Amino acid sequence: MTDFLMPSLGADMAAGTLVSWKIRPGDIITRGQVVAEVETDKGVIDVECFEAGTVERLVGEPGQKLPVGAVLAVIRTDLVENDRTSAVARAPATPAEAATASLPVETPPIAASAATTQRIKATPAARRRAAELGVDLGLLSEIASDRIVELADVERIAASQDAGASSTSPDEGRTRMRRAIAAAMSKANREIPHFYLETRIDLSRAISWVDALNAARPVTERVLPSVLPLKAVALALRDIPELNGFWIDDRRQTVGGVHLGLAISMRGGGLVAPAIHDADRKSLDELMAVLHDLIPRARAGRLRSSELTDATATLTNLGDLGVEKVFGVIYPPQIALIGFGKISPQPWVVEGAVCVRPVVTATLAADHRATDGRRGAQFLEAVNRHLQSPELL
Amino acid sequence: MNSREAEVRNVVMAALGRIAPDADLSTLHPTVNIREALEIDSYDFLQFLIAINRELGVDIPEADYGRLQKLGDLLAYLEARVGDDKASQ
Repeated sequence: MTDFLMPSLGADMAAGTLVSWKIRPGDIITRGQVVAEVETDKGVIDVECFEAGTVERLVGEPGQKLPVGAVLAVIRTDLVENDRTSAVARAPATPAEAATASLPVETPPIAASAATTQRIKATPAARRRAAELGVDLGLLSEIASDRIVELADVERIAASQDAGASSTSPDEGRTRMRRAIAAAMSKANREIPHFYLETRIDLSRAISWVDALNAARPVTERVLPSVLPLKAVALALRDIPELNGFWIDDRRQTVGGVHLGLAISMRGGGLVAPAIHDADRKSLDELMAVLHDLIPRARAGRLRSSELTDATATLTNLGDLGVEKVFGVIYPPQIALIGFGKISPQPWVVEGAVCVRPVVTATLAADHRATDGRRGAQFLEAVNRHLQSPELL
Repeated sequence: MNSREAEVRNVVMAALGRIAPDADLSTLHPTVNIREALEIDSYDFLQFLIAINRELGVDIPEADYGRLQKLGDLLAYLEARVGDDKASQ
């Protein structure tokens, strides 16, 4: 038996609300199957289970807000049962999962509310009112932290639950996303000694190549020019693996695959950076297909759990907005954030003569605990090298 | 406004509305740069062109992107293209 737990979907997540189950007791599930929907600050996430087996029973109930690590369901695995006790969490399936499983969370995970009801400090009036209004005291104690939960706390939470009723309003969603970004970025600025490198890259070859490619294609099959830097960055991360991975527990943890997080801005503010799995091994057309699937889902708040947890580095492209260059803040526990600015005609020296070329500035923000300037310079040069051979991307 | 103008305008406004549901399209001036005014990035713009292709049957080459920045120019371009494509059929 293995417990399927509330996953940590980012350094900033302490708890999530179970929205619905996609499985029933007795169902046979495969590795990576979407088994539940969980609402977090980043929207409603399709949570995948990385065990194969049979659903023994569902523990979490839709509507419940549960802390990271709480048991959601019990899975009877196909493997022969060994000495492992059922209380042991699932074995991480991939290195990326291993890394995120030990993610240092801002708020230490609290035990499942059902199990701690007895230890919650609340006034008798608060308890009575909470029972009447159906307010979860476990949730309340999380908000009240160390102090005793009072009647007013219960009323306040009940009112906010009513206001947000069945679905989260756009305003509330934005506020929560802002909070999630604030937590992650504050952690980054507090803990990560960033260093920054930048380089200008001549894109004339890449642009002529993609223009010629697109000229022969209908609009539905065109490749966005910004996909070329995306692939070049993924290949460069494979070349320089020191920048691809995580800094956890005072050491660098490199990862096998290149799962490039792509910063996607939301209308009305905020952003998410879901992982494009194995981005270095996908063709440009495959990457376009991923974008057509990923961007609408990200904007609608419909991402999968592995997309939120697996990114091994992040790319942000602000060129559309006309900025020259990006000074990025790393998304912990990643080691690198790569930024691209706008492409503009600039003077460029070729064989001693000045000519005009389409040029972009690529920047790297890297964690100096995990890597050094020399490695960062090699990385940006690798990005440049890949962009000079667009036909190989 | 003839029926072709009305059809093009309806399709364009519906497509922009799906990309920028938060924007008030009725106040958009014909000379405004729609990508700036509606915060449409290059991915959104490609989605817009795919929608136009699906609903009006017009495939806009990349070389013409520069002529589609302002709402008025975009509508005029599409009205002409819809007309040409129908006349040539």
